[in-house]
Amino acid sequence: MSERVLSISGLHKRFGALQATHDVSLELSAGEIHALIGPNGAGKSTLIAQIAGSLRPDAGEIHLGARDITALGVARRARLGLGRSFQVSCLAEPLSVLRNVMIGAQALQGHSFRFWRPVDSDASLLNPARAALERMHLAHRADTPVAELSHGERRQVEVACALVLKPRALMLDEPMAGLGPEGTARLTELLETLKQEVPILLIEHDMDAVFRLADRISVLVAGSVIAHGDSATIRRDPRVRDAYLGE
Amino acid sequence: MTRPHSTTAPAASPAGGSHWLNRRRLVHGVLLALMLLAPIAAHLLGEIYYVNLASRVALVAMAAVGLNLAIGFGGMISFGHAAYFGLGGYVTGISAHHAFDGSLVMGLPGSDNMLVIWLAAVLLCGLLALAIGAISLRTTGVYFIMITLAFAQMAYYFANSWPDYGGEDGLPIYLRNALPGIDTNDALSFFLICFTALVLSLALTSRLMTSRFGAALTMARLNETRLATAGISPFPIRLVAFVISAMITGLAGALYADLNGFVSPSMLSWHLSGELMVIVILGGVGRLYGPLAGSILFVMMETLLGGLTEYWQFFLGLLLLGVVLFAKQGVIGWLAGRERHE
Repeated sequence: MSERVLSISGLHKRFGALQATHDVSLELSAGEIHALIGPNGAGKSTLIAQIAGSLRPDAGEIHLGARDITALGVARRARLGLGRSFQVSCLAEPLSVLRNVMIGAQALQGHSFRFWRPVDSDASLLNPARAALERMHLAHRADTPVAELSHGERRQVEVACALVLKPRALMLDEPMAGLGPEGTARLTELLETLKQEVPILLIEHDMDAVFRLADRISVLVAGSVIAHGDSATIRRDPRVRDAYLGE
Repeated sequence: MTRPHSTTAPAASPAGGSHWLNRRRLVHGVLLALMLLAPIAAHLLGEIYYVNLASRVALVAMAAVGLNLAIGFGGMISFGHAAYFGLGGYVTGISAHHAFDGSLVMGLPGSDNMLVIWLAAVLLCGLLALAIGAISLRTTGVYFIMITLAFAQMAYYFANSWPDYGGEDGLPIYLRNALPGIDTNDALSFFLICFTALVLSLALTSRLMTSRFGAALTMARLNETRLATAGISPFPIRLVAFVISAMITGLAGALYADLNGFVSPSMLSWHLSGELMVIVILGGVGRLYGPLAGSILFVMMETLLGGLTEYWQFFLGLLLLGVVLFAKQGVIGWLAGRERHE
């Protein structure tokens, strides 16, 4: 297809006797949504942690563009353009939605050792944060503390937090969970337009959404990718049906 | 992940209500006015003792302002801030000692100029905190508390066993250090120096917490994963906050030694770290004016109740228990209202 944005090759991770990641290779190209599916315990979370940088792989490499990011930490990867959302929302609950998003805008503008100018009147932080919220249809919630948001809204805030980083690649961990049919439909629509700007690695349980959105699907079972292909191929694959779709 | 008082909103919130004179500002203003006017009244009445007591309140408050930056705003529960308070005190004592007998310390002459002493105290405390913080901040929770305590105790035993500067007997400061153009021996003038330092430390903390650095520090306290995911490493942010916190406490210590005309290892002891913590908690953790309210309350109890019974700390304990159980934002939360969500 086109330019490779994120590529993972030969990733291994072992916890004692458990082979959590076994020779996983994946890639994400510009303009696509690549879905990663797999039953519970397949090692999705471990894989995501390695891509995000919170867990070091035992072997293998991760590249963002041409750059080897295997040894870099979470913050460094984020600055290089790897945006992500979390399965269980990871936000500062007492702070307003806007404040949660602004911190990303702040990181984008270089170091945070600026001790004097107040952030509350800093248009260079407020504007991109508001724009990201606008995109997620959350502008009206900007001043609400995250603690008062519904599960679905928190998911949307997470995506806004990732968007404000102007990422080169986006990794969304079950963004549909807790959204309800209307929210799911709206997010599906958004992701469809978003993928033109930034490719998305989508980890999702909602199979309808996955089959509708994904250009490619990889199926992870017991730490290994057992199948790989477009929706039609995956739907037909007997091993996938066996291991995952339970038919 | 440890998330101390995660339900409280970040302090130093910007708006603070729409009207310029809201309840919180009123309480802060009254506290500052009380702090300033009470010693002036005492001075007019010729009660030098109470002027000096006010200086003590201001300096203890300032030391707690420093600690509050670490504990309240940064979520770093340091049980070793006596190290910086004491180091500041020893800088004053050692400098005055050498200025007095004209000898050299590490090839440098001593100085009785407060400006020189303050600069040295702030720099040395910053360096010490940089070293201690760089090690301690790799741990969290109880381990962080214990490791900061351990470092402070090392400083305590070092001062205790080093005979050159009095060892366990401490080091007297025969002449109060000087500040050009001001008679530092005048109790009220000295109080005004302490009060100015306190106000500056409050202003600095307030400004800091509304800046980008403050936003990052707040996020490091509330959710460090969010901060890292946004592209900011929490460690350097915390370390710098820890250093600034130690510098403020250290400067308070430098002045405290001049107030007492004496510095001893007790300024480095864990009792003092504990007292500062109690003051921060009494006043209101993470509330800008908490340390001032806490210090006023603490020193008043110590003076008034301590005059009646030597068991005054029993009542302090009861009060602390009440605050911890029923008023998590301390005396300030009770007086000025709980911090709203931002």
